[in-house]
Amino acid sequence: MELSKQQIVKKAFITSLPVMAGYIILGIGFGILLRDAGYGVIWALSMSVFIFAGSMQYVGVSLIAGGASILTTILTTLMVNARHLFYSISMVEKYKDAGKFKPYMIFALTDETYSLLCDGKTPDEEHANFYRFWVSLFNQTYWVLGSVLGSLLGAILPFSTAGIEFSMTALFIASFTEQWLSTKDHIPALTGLISTAICLVIFGTDRFLIPAMLIITLILSLLRNRKSRKEAKE
Amino acid sequence: MRVSILIAIMAVVTMLLRFLPFIVFRKTVPPFISYLGQVLPSAIIGMLVIFCLKDVAWTSAPFGAPELIAAACVVGLQIWRRNSLISILGGTVIYMLLIQLVF
Repeated sequence: MELSKQQIVKKAFITSLPVMAGYIILGIGFGILLRDAGYGVIWALSMSVFIFAGSMQYVGVSLIAGGASILTTILTTLMVNARHLFYSISMVEKYKDAGKFKPYMIFALTDETYSLLCDGKTPDEEHANFYRFWVSLFNQTYWVLGSVLGSLLGAILPFSTAGIEFSMTALFIASFTEQWLSTKDHIPALTGLISTAICLVIFGTDRFLIPAMLIITLILSLLRNRKSRKEAKE
Repeated sequence: MRVSILIAIMAVVTMLLRFLPFIVFRKTVPPFISYLGQVLPSAIIGMLVIFCLKDVAWTSAPFGAPELIAAACVVGLQIWRRNSLISILGGTVIYMLLIQLVF
């Protein structure tokens, strides 16, 4: 079936609908948080346009408000967003022929965009990447819209927003629970949780993140060696 | 100025992570990298959960009760409905009510 470009954009919009509510609400939470930290709509807009990574932007608010160093910012971004390496790895083949759309599609490959596009299904094989480009663009539009709304609404909401910062915690606890429910091997999740808790106790609230990241990577690498040795024996 | 630099760093590092595989891997992905791809995401989410709770005062009243109650609600909602949006909204609203009205 040959679809017109307009029909493909419409299909992309329908595909993106499940992400719309989530991105607008999480974006509003982010905008409010950033405003509460003392940075208004221009900052919310530029972070959502140029970074476009939900959890990283939430963590970014703490980095900015907490006066993080450049090194901490680089390492934290690397660790929080390392998973994007793997999203990209699995899209290398699919995005191969995307041409002029490719740079933006790679830039906009968030968790949610990935979850919509990773099965490789498209309404029209001929214009597959045109469709994927529009799904990515719709998603970023919701995210930017939410962030700006949050930043503007935060100042005039008729009720206290004290405690809204828990939305970030809730986001990660929900992801953690979801991953726990959808996988059998809970060792990586427990490694992350326990190593970080121990590092927090040993190094204190200002210095625990980097040792935690190093120890997590080290433990998981060692576990792999043990696993592959075990497999070699069998 | 300092904030612009931090935002630029986050933007550039995030882009680097997203673009690197398209530049480095054309066809085959080394097994160690694809192993990390499987295990790192859930470990990092675990790390971020602790990161978010780092400033909770566990040793003085209310001993982290609002956080623990709201966190339990998020876990419960997620198990029940498997919808992250409902869990996040529910947990956040409960936390806001707890700290504004109860504790």
